Amino acid sequence: MSITITDVTYRFKAKPVLSDINLSLQPGFNVLLGPNGAGKSTLLSLLTGQRTIQQGKITFADDDIRHDTRSIMAQLGVVFQQTTLDLDLTVLQNLTYFGALHGLSAATVLNRITPVLTQLALIDRLQDKVRSLNEGHRRRVEIARCMIHLPQYLLLDEATVGLDVDSRKLIIEHIRALATAQHLTVLWTTHLMDEVLEDDPLFILNQGKLIEHGVCHTLLAKHQQSSVFDLYRTLTQPQGLL
Amino acid sequence: MNAYMICFWAILKREVLRFFQQRSRLLSALVRPLLWLIVFAAGFRSALGVSIMPPYESYILYQEYIVPGLCAMIILFNSMQTSLSMVYDREMGSMKILFMSPIPKSFLLLCKLIAAACLSLLQVVIFLLLANIVDVEIPWWGFIYAIPSVFLSAFFLGALGLILSNFIKQLENFAGVMNFVIFPMFFLSSALYPLWKIQESSLWLYWICQYNPFTYCVEMIRFALYGQFNIQASSVVLGCVLVCGFVAVGTFKPKK
Repeated sequence: MSITITDVTYRFKAKPVLSDINLSLQPGFNVLLGPNGAGKSTLLSLLTGQRTIQQGKITFADDDIRHDTRSIMAQLGVVFQQTTLDLDLTVLQNLTYFGALHGLSAATVLNRITPVLTQLALIDRLQDKVRSLNEGHRRRVEIARCMIHLPQYLLLDEATVGLDVDSRKLIIEHIRALATAQHLTVLWTTHLMDEVLEDDPLFILNQGKLIEHGVCHTLLAKHQQSSVFDLYRTLTQPQGLL
Repeated sequence: MNAYMICFWAILKREVLRFFQQRSRLLSALVRPLLWLIVFAAGFRSALGVSIMPPYESYILYQEYIVPGLCAMIILFNSMQTSLSMVYDREMGSMKILFMSPIPKSFLLLCKLIAAACLSLLQVVIFLLLANIVDVEIPWWGFIYAIPSVFLSAFFLGALGLILSNFIKQLENFAGVMNFVIFPMFFLSSALYPLWKIQESSLWLYWICQYNPFTYCVEMIRFALYGQFNIQASSVVLGCVLVCGFVAVGTFKPKK
């Protein structure tokens, strides 16, 4: 179940935000790396149908996002950069609301999320209002929520930014395990280098262009760099700053 | 229960939960019309006598006259607050989650409008019960007759609010909605004074009131509260429901 992006260009008020993006995401954990303003969130909003494609094509397996939006949405789990939980509702109310938007009954939702919430150490917080949770716990709720409808694809936009080390570790390990166990196609966007492993397929976006892609260790060898940080810096920063 | 029904109940439940959690909203929704009824109407009672006119069969007190207008005011405020909550949802990101659903967007928006209409209905019923306590006599069967009228008006004004939410970029712009939508709609209608009284004092004002669809919401509710059906008002409101409903669903922008 791959995601294919072909010749995608997106302009905002005539200014190109994404230019000629071509990439293919295979099942597993894929990393999209890029500095702030590189166009990562815009690409995510095109993949989630929040923005309309102006030029090019995006397909999920054989489904085109422009024509098969509903079938894609049924298979898509997303964690947005900005928290999208309802702060005045409890954790359980948030989760059952989301499940209901996918046509799932509260009993089904509870059945499915209990093991996930136990794993994410949130099972005791089900009746707490989201407003009372810290950022790390809110993120965990969002991670649990995006799995309720058993998606085939997971898109996570800087899901660990601003979290403490333990929360980041827990979340990223959980997603990596899911990708492997359930053969999900995961797109993990970040600008935090320590979240990238040497075997990860890596896509580097800068100023709206896909400037490099490949398996991380291959790219390190190709550009003769010893770390992801050095590779990233070499590729994204102007020569004068190096 | 099928997926659509589950989705509908979830949206309705969320709106109701949010409404009851926002205690100040609940309180102001009731205090505002009661202030108009108890303070404003009492003050103007002697100055504004209302002669016999349909649907009333005898002379009535001014308090009784303005009750349907106040019901419509409750609906108007609730509908505009719904549009505000759409802007809030858009700013907070909840709107993204709503539209990540595989259920058609038009159905989701319809659910939102129905949920808002149910909340308006609830507030109107509570207000009418309180109005009875302060000696405004609405026949009990008037409550039943008024339900479809209140619901239809709420749906129309909710759809109007949804259209407006496309033009409101930030929560702070709600003051603009108060000044340019709520107040003109309310004051330029038959909510506070009968149209013939307005016609006596200003013909152009009378024509503005005649073309204000809110006037027809007020009149539809007024007749329904006394067990009568005003075909002209109902037709206008129904027309507005269809036009605004289609425009609202067709033009709604989930993202700014």
